[in-house]
Amino acid sequence: MMTVFGAEEGHYALALACVLALAQFVLPLWGAARRRQFLLDLAPALACAQLLALAYSFLSLIICAIEDDFSVQNVAANSAISKPLLYKITGVWGNHEGSVLLWALILAVCGGAVALLGRGLPLVLKARVLAILGGVSTGFQLFCLLTSDPFARVWPAPPDGQGMNPLLQDPGLAFHPPVLYTGYVGFAVPFAFAVAALIEGRVDAAWGRWVRPWAVAAWCFLTLGIAMGSWWSYYVLGWGGYWFWDPVENASLIPWLTGTALVHSAVVVEKRDALRIWTVLLAIASFSFSLSGTFLVRSGILNSVHAFANDPARGVFILALLGIVIGGSLVLFAWRAPSLSAGGLFAPVSREGGLVLNNILLCALCAVVVTGTMYPPFMQILTGRTLSVGKPFFDATTIPLALPLLIVMAAGTMLPWKRGHLAPVLRRLRLAAFVTALSLLVGLMMLEGILPALCAAAALWVILSSLTDMALRIAPRLDRASTWRARLGAAGQRARHLPRAIWGSSIAHIGVGVTVLGLTGMSQARHDVVEIGIGQTLHQGNLDWTLLAVRQEKGPNYEALVADLAVARNGRSVAILHPSRRDFTSQHQVTTDVAIRTNLMRDLYAALGDAHGGTHDGGREARYVLRLHNNPLAPWIWLGGIIMALGGGLSLTDRRHRFGAPMKQGRTNAAMEGA
Amino acid sequence: MTVTRTVSQRRMTRKTRRLWLVLSCLACFAVATALVLNAFSSSIVFFMAPSQVLKTPPAPDRVIRLGGMVVAGSLRRTVQGQSPVNLFQVTDGQAAIEVRFEGILPDLFREGQSVVALGTWVPGKDFAASEVLAKHDETYMPREVAEALQRSGKWDPRFGKPPSAESWNTMTRNEAQASRANSGSPLP
Amino acid sequence: MTASTRRRLLMALPVAGAGLIGAGCWKMLSSMQAGSFDPRAIRLDAASRDVPDFTLPGLSGGEKGFDTAALRMSPVPVLVNFFASWCIPCVAEMATLRAIGQQIALWGIAYKDKPEDAQRFVTRDGSPYARVALDQSGMTAIDWGVSGVPESFLVLPGGHIAWHGAAALDEAVFQREILPLARQKR
Repeated sequence: MMTVFGAEEGHYALALACVLALAQFVLPLWGAARRRQFLLDLAPALACAQLLALAYSFLSLIICAIEDDFSVQNVAANSAISKPLLYKITGVWGNHEGSVLLWALILAVCGGAVALLGRGLPLVLKARVLAILGGVSTGFQLFCLLTSDPFARVWPAPPDGQGMNPLLQDPGLAFHPPVLYTGYVGFAVPFAFAVAALIEGRVDAAWGRWVRPWAVAAWCFLTLGIAMGSWWSYYVLGWGGYWFWDPVENASLIPWLTGTALVHSAVVVEKRDALRIWTVLLAIASFSFSLSGTFLVRSGILNSVHAFANDPARGVFILALLGIVIGGSLVLFAWRAPSLSAGGLFAPVSREGGLVLNNILLCALCAVVVTGTMYPPFMQILTGRTLSVGKPFFDATTIPLALPLLIVMAAGTMLPWKRGHLAPVLRRLRLAAFVTALSLLVGLMMLEGILPALCAAAALWVILSSLTDMALRIAPRLDRASTWRARLGAAGQRARHLPRAIWGSSIAHIGVGVTVLGLTGMSQARHDVVEIGIGQTLHQGNLDWTLLAVRQEKGPNYEALVADLAVARNGRSVAILHPSRRDFTSQHQVTTDVAIRTNLMRDLYAALGDAHGGTHDGGREARYVLRLHNNPLAPWIWLGGIIMALGGGLSLTDRRHRFGAPMKQGRTNAAMEGA
Repeated sequence: MTVTRTVSQRRMTRKTRRLWLVLSCLACFAVATALVLNAFSSSIVFFMAPSQVLKTPPAPDRVIRLGGMVVAGSLRRTVQGQSPVNLFQVTDGQAAIEVRFEGILPDLFREGQSVVALGTWVPGKDFAASEVLAKHDETYMPREVAEALQRSGKWDPRFGKPPSAESWNTMTRNEAQASRANSGSPLP
Repeated sequence: MTASTRRRLLMALPVAGAGLIGAGCWKMLSSMQAGSFDPRAIRLDAASRDVPDFTLPGLSGGEKGFDTAALRMSPVPVLVNFFASWCIPCVAEMATLRAIGQQIALWGIAYKDKPEDAQRFVTRDGSPYARVALDQSGMTAIDWGVSGVPESFLVLPGGHIAWHGAAALDEAVFQREILPLARQKR
């Protein structure tokens, strides 16, 4: 057997990583304070060593799971012999202990990335950033070791594990946590930069340039993670919904909002050397919300549908950890930030002004979501009343704040830095504005309700103005003599020379518009729950759903009831759907397999419910419960998310934004002054 | 002369800029607060047990979350037009309320177990639920159900993972049958 | 107030806000551990009501259980504990109950249990209960407002329920909440 990667070895590696992380926390800070060069040099080495130890530990847990070592409690509880290999591996992080270990691993990966990619960073700053990351790592690895040990043994080892949960055997769920956690943990790097800058007492344009790619990378992962989670709940849960304003979902949305604000305000720091204190605060806030969101949910304070089995004793440890990390950084902020000098000037109507407005609106949105999420437990402890805050609350509060955000977003990118005028920008956007106004009129007539029409128009406005912006930037000078071919060539030339960051931001903005269009489309979705017999038809608008047949099918470890459902639009057949209901006999669990047919403009979505009547019920005609949705533009919600992440990714490939890209000037100065 | 002018101008712009910032911040957060307060007064959903509902009936258009146990043997199903209608009673041990739900009951809806129904109550009629939550599996379960499991003694987190849905199911079915056989009358 | 003090105060706002939220969460967590706060609880408060009418048989055929009248007439406060042999927390609660049974009159009601199972369960390590009754249908438990087992009620002489706990008892809860109430009325 592979005793090299056993549970004890993994546990030992985790403990070793914890010690290394502690060293990574203490030694560089000491070295920076005492100007000990060799201690500073030690930081990247320690970060890499810690990463290796943790990777070893995580690999051990995976190998325990692959080898069906059920003497490891975590494996016994979450795996089983007959589970497919892929889900044995992904099951490792599908539970509390494993996911904490994954958290720690991703944090270590971030540390390693800073150590390896941050070659251009001043030595002292880099050492301090790595030290802060090491400190956070220490806390989480202690949490893992002391309260949620993934390597705990059980004796006697059960012959088979209990982790055959068909609902959890889904690729969406398997790869969703790593992406989401990378988003959360990624904000640790901007956080570490912020704390290091506070310790150093200097925040400048170079700092903005270093922080920005890390923030953008984390933001991309978080965006993808949220989109994946939402998609998973759409196609697995079978309720036809994509976002439930559940605390777990809000916990990911809150850091996304502050993270988005951070990505934008870091631009101002980089280009204009303004909003420095604010950006530092946002960097701290983004990571703080990432941390507190996930962990408050786990402590059981927040009432969520997606809950890990939680225990208040863990909660106390988590809260203490959050207190040290968040409280410590905010105290440092309160102490050092007042001494940071105010930044550059700008007029209210300018690129900076637009970005500030974006920040204010995003933070107001964030405050609203935080309020809605935290209100129930606070009210319960203060007044003793149990209440919940759901979709109506969030719809009523977030949409009026998101609308102006969308409207400002379009014009903001076209304003010049420092001082601008709205008139020329609006003149350039006149075509977009005209189309938007037209679509608003059409929307008001066609859509149900004023709000959806407004949202659709705002989304269209964002998309059109982003396209206009790009078109104007790459449009060659008008020259009647040149052929269209030459013009196209010139445009291509210009497009290639345009910084990728600009492409990225435009694409990301288009993604936002696409998502909002998808959300608006979903607000117009129609659904019916019916109980019909074979051969019967449900008329839903211009759609006819006919239940053709229902048959029994045998899968490898389940028995399925599969329906043949014909869908016709205006009498013309468009699709045959096969929603099914799987009964996993040995696990005694029934799952609903939703059938979705999409043409990218709308989803036909059908879920099969219970069967009633039939042979075993007095010979009555069998009837089946079906949930039938017509979801216009549904795929756009996630498509927009992917476009946003792509835009972010594209801007990361910009030469100037590569991780740790050397600054043009003052690099040596900064290094000297810091040292 | 020119120097002093630029300095005073700069001071002016700094001040006006700050004023702009502060004003837009204040305006935005005032709007946000107003929205939140407005939404709190209209869209907060209170959690109520059946006896609380009977004692202090909520306004007929007010959405509440009704929580309790499904009375064993109370589930009836009918079809109206093409819509399936489920009728069942939810009790907190002190009072029971008839719940009417059009739609698919969650897979793990069980008589004798805890559910949460979202909907409105009209005094003298039944509770019209728009959503019924009882979805459960080992990792993802509504808190209320986890709580009910813990309380009913069928699961205690200190003793490991919750029992599988099957054992849980038979446990309640047997109990429900036993109780019906023994009492001979439907529950209050 | 000078500009710099104002600035300092402004910068201290985030930490103050975080501190407030943190304090709230701390309070919630500590109350969760003490059992007095549960964000998921379906609140079932039977306290400050009177004991419902019931008559229950004992565990084995001829044995007598107890009824409402017996509780009302009791000269001392009685702690009524609902239990079942199939309930794991009840097993864990037994040791505590044996200790508590020394300090207060403890009566048990077996909930939805087979008489022989309940009998074996109670007598295995010495019964903590002064009197035991059997509620095989679970009807009485519903009248009491029991949502599961184990649950306990403190009944004062006269039949008034003074305290209701919907979780396994432990010594700390008993000393802190039940005993003072029982002493008051003794």
